[in-house]
Amino acid sequence: MFKYVIKRLLLMVMVFFIIVSMCFILIKLLPNKPAEQFGKDKELIEMRREALGYNKPLLEQYAIFVSRTLIGGNWGISEGKYLGRDVWSVFIEKMPATVVVNLYTMIFAVPLGLLLGIYAALKKNKWQDHLISTGVMVFVSVPSYVYAFLVQYFLCFKLKWFAPLMKEGTDFFSWNMFTTMVPAILSLGFGTIAGLARYTRAELTEVLTSDYLLLARTKGLSRAQTTVRHALRNSMVPIFPMILGEFIGIISGSMIIEQIFSIPGVGRLYIESITSATPDYNMFMLLSAFYTLIGLVSGIIVDLSYSFIDPRIRMGSKK
Amino acid sequence: MSEQRFPVIPPEKFRFVGTEGRLHDKKLETKPIGYFRDAVSRVVRNKSSVGAAIIIIVLVLYAIIVPMVCQNNYTLALTDTNYLNYTKLPPRISWLSWAGVDGTESKTVNSADYYRYRAMGVETGRDPVVDVYKAAYEDKNAASATTLYYDIRLDDYYALGMLEKTLTFDQYEAIQKWQDETGIQLIYPAADPKALTAYKGDADQRANIWYAVDSKGVAQLDENGNYQPIYLKGAADDYHSIRIEGDDGSYSYARVSGTSAAKSYTVRLSKYNYFIYCYGFEPSFAFGTNDKGQDILTRLAAGARFSFILAICVSAVNLVLGTIYGSIEGYYGGRVDLVMERISDILSGIPFTVVTVLFQLHLSKQVGVVGSLLFAFVLTGWIGMAHSVRMQFYRFKGQEYVLAARTLGAGDKRIMFKHIFPNSLGTLITGCVLVIPGVIFSESSLTYLGIVNLESSTMTSVGTMLANGKPYLRDYPFIILFPSLFISLLEVSFNLFGNGLRDAFNPSLRGVE
Repeated sequence: MFKYVIKRLLLMVMVFFIIVSMCFILIKLLPNKPAEQFGKDKELIEMRREALGYNKPLLEQYAIFVSRTLIGGNWGISEGKYLGRDVWSVFIEKMPATVVVNLYTMIFAVPLGLLLGIYAALKKNKWQDHLISTGVMVFVSVPSYVYAFLVQYFLCFKLKWFAPLMKEGTDFFSWNMFTTMVPAILSLGFGTIAGLARYTRAELTEVLTSDYLLLARTKGLSRAQTTVRHALRNSMVPIFPMILGEFIGIISGSMIIEQIFSIPGVGRLYIESITSATPDYNMFMLLSAFYTLIGLVSGIIVDLSYSFIDPRIRMGSKK
Repeated sequence: MSEQRFPVIPPEKFRFVGTEGRLHDKKLETKPIGYFRDAVSRVVRNKSSVGAAIIIIVLVLYAIIVPMVCQNNYTLALTDTNYLNYTKLPPRISWLSWAGVDGTESKTVNSADYYRYRAMGVETGRDPVVDVYKAAYEDKNAASATTLYYDIRLDDYYALGMLEKTLTFDQYEAIQKWQDETGIQLIYPAADPKALTAYKGDADQRANIWYAVDSKGVAQLDENGNYQPIYLKGAADDYHSIRIEGDDGSYSYARVSGTSAAKSYTVRLSKYNYFIYCYGFEPSFAFGTNDKGQDILTRLAAGARFSFILAICVSAVNLVLGTIYGSIEGYYGGRVDLVMERISDILSGIPFTVVTVLFQLHLSKQVGVVGSLLFAFVLTGWIGMAHSVRMQFYRFKGQEYVLAARTLGAGDKRIMFKHIFPNSLGTLITGCVLVIPGVIFSESSLTYLGIVNLESSTMTSVGTMLANGKPYLRDYPFIILFPSLFISLLEVSFNLFGNGLRDAFNPSLRGVE
């Protein structure tokens, strides 16, 4: 087991390194717009190119990148909207908004999704199940931005319950701030609830029809007892890693929802760094590395969590 | 008897066995049900899959037929500045007017606007004010407390009003000739500019004023409550066509300027009738028009067609790449498999957005925006398919029938593609179908965010339409409604159909239902 973890971690570091290196080389091959953003003065452009290190050979630039950024953790300064500021500090500053919104979403969506799924599984093939399953099918498929439009139009513009955009500021845990976050939380939540409900229903129905549950009933346990003690626990084995994966995913957030509700988060930072007239390459590098890392880490944690929850599963064993 | 060796056994050496004896078992009377026959019959029996398939067919037909039928008409003419004024018109379908699709909206207007709308009705006979809910009340919260407000239901097509346009002599004559032929009045008498010197409205509103107003634009009615016309009188304007009611022949229909060699005529044209003049039918947009005045029905169809073509291309390329890659991995196994798996590991680790951005930055100049988007989808898209093909190869390559084929002398290629690969066809078909909604969703998200820009006068994408309609969500929700509805329907029906296919191809469910 330990050996397997080490192996996976080493592999992850290798994959991360290769991806970031590819990104770096590809970015360096692009025309250098940031150097030209202060006018067409040839001398000035040349000076800025020199200062930004573009005049060195590519391999030397790469060596500097590896030693300074990947090992030293210095991601450079912003060349775009946050001109002159350290990109890492900007990134850290934008992080809380994304995390808080997604955390609230998970807090309300995960229990609701589980409950719906369990209820549908217990009422299998009755009208309640059909209702939930149909709803889930629709909510899983419809893109989250469509909910965002619906929420914004009906709850914010027509009923005027919430502000259409998120309030600015950093008081993330105040009530005022929370109410402005509700539309975003709702739009993010529908998909999560539906996905989790569908998965839970599928797993639980499979467990509920298995032989050992019949045995549990024959030995005298009531239906409720079998469901809670045996079925639910066993069906959680594949569901829990999924929830865990979503929890890690909340750091990266949803770009499109952040755009719609103007949440000052990481997703918007990323969009800004590439869609503006002078692309912010340092910011783009940092965020690309960040998204890559999140994806890789969540993959590993999800895989490993299987064996922690269910001792019968041994990851990486020869069997 | 000495053993003879033949490189190829000649046909005369073969001999039939057992032709003399009779076989006593019965001939099969029904056709055997194969894997695919079974799958198809199960899909057909699944009601939701059939429903989803019908919706998909309708959407595809919409995407194919509508751009063909409506090409080159007003819908795409962004460059023609005249049509830019027909913006943000709500949906209007004549046979659905009972359901509220009648091009009207409820609106609160101030008295200047109210009188202007009413005056349009008096002048042209098409009254834009369909209904007045609450007349002439004061709003304490409004900026100016003395202004009177009206809650009305407004017909936005009739409220288009007038357009002030400067014509050449030939254009002026052509319109008059058309008026004589059809009997539809397009040119209305010009207002006297001297009577409007105090009025401070913009050009759009000014074109609609033909009655005495105060400086704020509120109509000055006479003692009977009628508008007091301020038409320009007595100027020579070469007009010889239909005249409005109450015209004794002295009204001027154009303000003429320029020398006699190149005269230009500034006229007031009814926008509604001008549309008829240009296109031969009354304006009525089934899905409304967007903020630039383009017809949403055709724009959406163009965007949908692009989405479908992209998704099918991606699906096809993924199928070919995934099949070849997965087959090689699964069949050879060992070191080849290990190396190839690591390559696909690395590729699948790159976040999709990063891939798209890099491809856009690098390739969009060489192969165009669409090409680089396609490359981005293909770069990581095939991995899932390769994986499922690889699994099938691992499952089947050790089985006896493969050994039998090898013993009979079949080569690697033949075993791979003739004997093992068909086993994975079911999962591949399902995968291909389920790729399509994923691609369309990603494409619309990317275009919404502006990472990929596909907007041009003849092309658009659903995501761009959503992004362009977003600022008008509060007041003109129909601009965003139809693209959203389209993409939701598409995603739901493709997922339903894909799930139906997956169940049908799942051998463990065979005969269970």
